[in-house]
Amino acid sequence: MSEHNCGSCVAHAELARMGVSLDRIDRVVALAGNPNTGKSTLFNALTGLKQHTGNWPGKTVTRAEGAFEFSHIRYKLVDLPGTYSLLSASHDEQIARDFLLFGHPDATIVVIDATAIERNLNLVLQVLEITDRVVVAVNLMDEAKRKGIDVDVRTLSRDLGVPAVGIVARTGEGIHALLATVDGVASGATATKPLRVTGTPEFQRAIAELVPMIEAMAPGVPNARWIAIRLLDGDAEVEAALTSGRLVELTAAQQQTAERFSRKMAVQGTQ
Amino acid sequence: MSTPTATNVLTRAAELRSTLQSQFRDETVKSLYAEAERIARRASQESGSRRYDFDQKIDRLVTSPVFGLPIMAFMLATVFWLTIAGANVPSAMLATGLFWIGDQGILLFESLGLPWWVTGFVWDGVYRGLAWVIAVMLPPMAIFFPLFTMLEDLGYLPRVAFNLDFLFRRAGAHGKQALTMAMGFGCNAAGVIATRVIDSPRERLVAILTNNFVPCNGRFPTLIMVATIFVGATVPPALASLAAAAAVMGVVIIGVMFTLAVSWGLSHTVLKGEASAFTLELPPYRRPGVLRILYTSLIDRTFFVLMRALWTAAPAGAVIWILANITVGDASLARHIANSLNPLGHAIGLDGVVLLAYIIAIPANEIVVPTMMMMYMGVGMMTEVESMDTIRGILVDQHGWTLLTAINLMLFSLLHNPCATTIITIYKETLSVKWTTIGTLLPLGLAFLVTFLVAQIWRLF
Repeated sequence: MSEHNCGSCVAHAELARMGVSLDRIDRVVALAGNPNTGKSTLFNALTGLKQHTGNWPGKTVTRAEGAFEFSHIRYKLVDLPGTYSLLSASHDEQIARDFLLFGHPDATIVVIDATAIERNLNLVLQVLEITDRVVVAVNLMDEAKRKGIDVDVRTLSRDLGVPAVGIVARTGEGIHALLATVDGVASGATATKPLRVTGTPEFQRAIAELVPMIEAMAPGVPNARWIAIRLLDGDAEVEAALTSGRLVELTAAQQQTAERFSRKMAVQGTQ
Repeated sequence: MSTPTATNVLTRAAELRSTLQSQFRDETVKSLYAEAERIARRASQESGSRRYDFDQKIDRLVTSPVFGLPIMAFMLATVFWLTIAGANVPSAMLATGLFWIGDQGILLFESLGLPWWVTGFVWDGVYRGLAWVIAVMLPPMAIFFPLFTMLEDLGYLPRVAFNLDFLFRRAGAHGKQALTMAMGFGCNAAGVIATRVIDSPRERLVAILTNNFVPCNGRFPTLIMVATIFVGATVPPALASLAAAAAVMGVVIIGVMFTLAVSWGLSHTVLKGEASAFTLELPPYRRPGVLRILYTSLIDRTFFVLMRALWTAAPAGAVIWILANITVGDASLARHIANSLNPLGHAIGLDGVVLLAYIIAIPANEIVVPTMMMMYMGVGMMTEVESMDTIRGILVDQHGWTLLTAINLMLFSLLHNPCATTIITIYKETLSVKWTTIGTLLPLGLAFLVTFLVAQIWRLF
């Protein structure tokens, strides 16, 4: 995966922070991750905005949005609330999950803490179930180094099947490489093959049967596979969304690009 | 093939689910964790971790059952002390400088031959309101915010939550309420928004309704001023700022006690329920970025709060000037209103002017002291306030303030209704008129009750 970690090819591509100006956006990028991994710090570094950051889990309680330009492409960046998983019904997990499912981000950056890879990977694996356009940003590389933890970003990237980039969001180290990688994934130039926790043969068969049914029922639904898994799991939230028609509605609403690029949702988010 | 309906899909999903092993859900989660562990082991290698051990040693100390709370109190008291000791001189200098400019403005307007009421409205009303707010608020904020942000950046707040968890749990509230409470020190509206970290609606409501009981930054200047001129002045000058810091600390502790008591009361009456369990991650200590702290705390917070105060201080100054200059019968409108509030004020150990100041300051608590001082000093009576001693002189000698007035003013400031911004935020977060009303009137009622009781007991002796 060395082509993703190209350090020199980004020299010409300057990052321009655009704050909340969400006009003429070309791409939407979501920012996910566990609480207190430095998502908001990265968000601020990219957009030039001043989302409140602080060293405690749960700081970001709304969905913040900002913009930046990289390689002459304008991005909208959506900072999702920090969550440990996407499986529970809590408010912030739902915000994060709904956006990944229905927000059609062109790429999703999952920020993980280099000093606690294992715990953070649980969320990464769950995000990979939902979308394959994922870039893993391994943040706090400096802290890991000080603690004597050596993170092999290449192996991580190979195992996950999506690019991974080591960064230090606070100093800006690795951010250009990250953006170049995001560019590749969002444009489709970089093919990803996300690792999916497969499960038993019965499980595989059940998924294979449900996915076409869901796709026929809600045409254009972006992640039928994920919905199938949740239904098999008896997720009341997803079942309700299906029966009430909210799923179809959300899918339809998010397909109207006007909605995706709404200026109204800037900074304060939707809450 | 016809389009399947939602019911079709759900039925089929249920059928398929029965073909899977019964512990399917657990299996899924387990395989997820196993996979994460496998990948993590391949991707990261740990070699020696001296720093980690050091972190743990510090954690064992600051979260220890014996030393945890005292260390916390000591750190908070240090922050207050630095704020009070550091803000005194710049405050006096700002006041002198800004009031001097005001005098020059008056002279200029007079030499231009403008009517007296234009001069009065602009310089004695609007300008003086602004000058007071800057002099009283800017120095303490410019010291307090960076210190507080530093503790936050360092990672100390989750340790605070950890230390206080057992108290909140016993009060039937969520342990994370300690975090939202800590955010309230900066701004109660921010604290109310921060309650979103609490999942249970019941516990979140408890946290919202009680956030007001920690003094926000708009109220600290009031507490600091009163503590400095009444408590600080009763001890030798060398110890003055220490005594004042101790008094502010005492008020904060009373506030935390009210938070716990009201939380307990709510979760045993209208918001019955058990405290839910939660996991709290203690993040590693991180070296705070000095420049970033200065930026966030000075530009983002200090400047933001100051601008808000100025926007409300200007109209408040205008209102006070108008009230003070419209005479009905033998006295000004301000005098009439203050007089009519006097009996109520007296009953709770305060006076009519203080109550009127609180009414005018509903949009922003920051302007209580400036409003009070402008009303006490009248118009054109005196424009120079060299030091806290002068203020003390005015309050004690001319307006009959006693230690009781000082204590009750601090208690009232701590407990009374939240500012308009916070009330609006409570509504936005709860979308309920009922809870917004309770969140406003419960503290106000409590403030009257407590100050009334203190005044009555005080007067017995």
